[in-house]
Amino acid sequence: MTGLTGCLLVSSMLFAIGLAGALTRRNTILVLVGIELMLNAANLNFIAFWRYGPRSGEPTGMIFVLFSIGVAAAEAAVGLALILAVYRHAKTTDLSQLTGGPQ
Amino acid sequence: MSAPFLILAVVTLGGACAAMMLRGLVHCALALAVAFAGIGTLYLCLGAQFIGLAQLLVYVGAIAVLIVFVILLTRGGDTDSPPLGPTALPVTGIAVATAIFAILAWAILHSFAGHVPGLPVPRTNIRQLGLAFMGSYILPLEVIGLMLTATLIGAVIVAMKEKQP
Repeated sequence: MTGLTGCLLVSSMLFAIGLAGALTRRNTILVLVGIELMLNAANLNFIAFWRYGPRSGEPTGMIFVLFSIGVAAAEAAVGLALILAVYRHAKTTDLSQLTGGPQ
Repeated sequence: MSAPFLILAVVTLGGACAAMMLRGLVHCALALAVAFAGIGTLYLCLGAQFIGLAQLLVYVGAIAVLIVFVILLTRGGDTDSPPLGPTALPVTGIAVATAIFAILAWAILHSFAGHVPGLPVPRTNIRQLGLAFMGSYILPLEVIGLMLTATLIGAVIVAMKEKQP
């Protein structure tokens, strides 16, 4: 097993864990946490391909990950602000209570 | 596949599992910080020093703390209610995630990734990165700066207390 395969397996495992959390947890904050984990799995893929891929002049993989980290930070800030706003109205962060689904 | 890589992978995946499975919300946030720190050190291990330190700063330093703040502002770390679905174990979600992991792992193990030669770590320094950002990537950099400003203002406005009529 080469290093690239190991990296890709770790990142797909991380993606699966994040997906399972986002699909199964009832708390809005934890769903957001699962989405963050999936984003990090994508970043790990970028770095792995930059590390083991063909060399080019500019460190494009690193640049892509830096932009991705910036976008993820913005996404987390807005998402958590939205959770706070929803909590102020509904007094809960439980998804099934918010949507009137099964308790 | 070196020993540090394996250890870091186990720590990262364990932290991620704990963040998704623990009942207490504050425990979840702490496990998430462990997972983020593990990913940051994985970047260091892969030779991307600047990205690893940026990951530690942004994720462990900012996002994990932000999540703890929101947990404390909402319900003070009550335990989460049991997951969705008729049974105690959320079978459907875990089955979907396992299936996706199986497909991805099958694709990776049968792809060209197994034949990639083990190249030495690419040599990049901060100067090269800074020149790239200030040269060919100047427009995306400006756009992301504008987007972060707009995001900060928007987050403050969304989270601000509404005036009582």
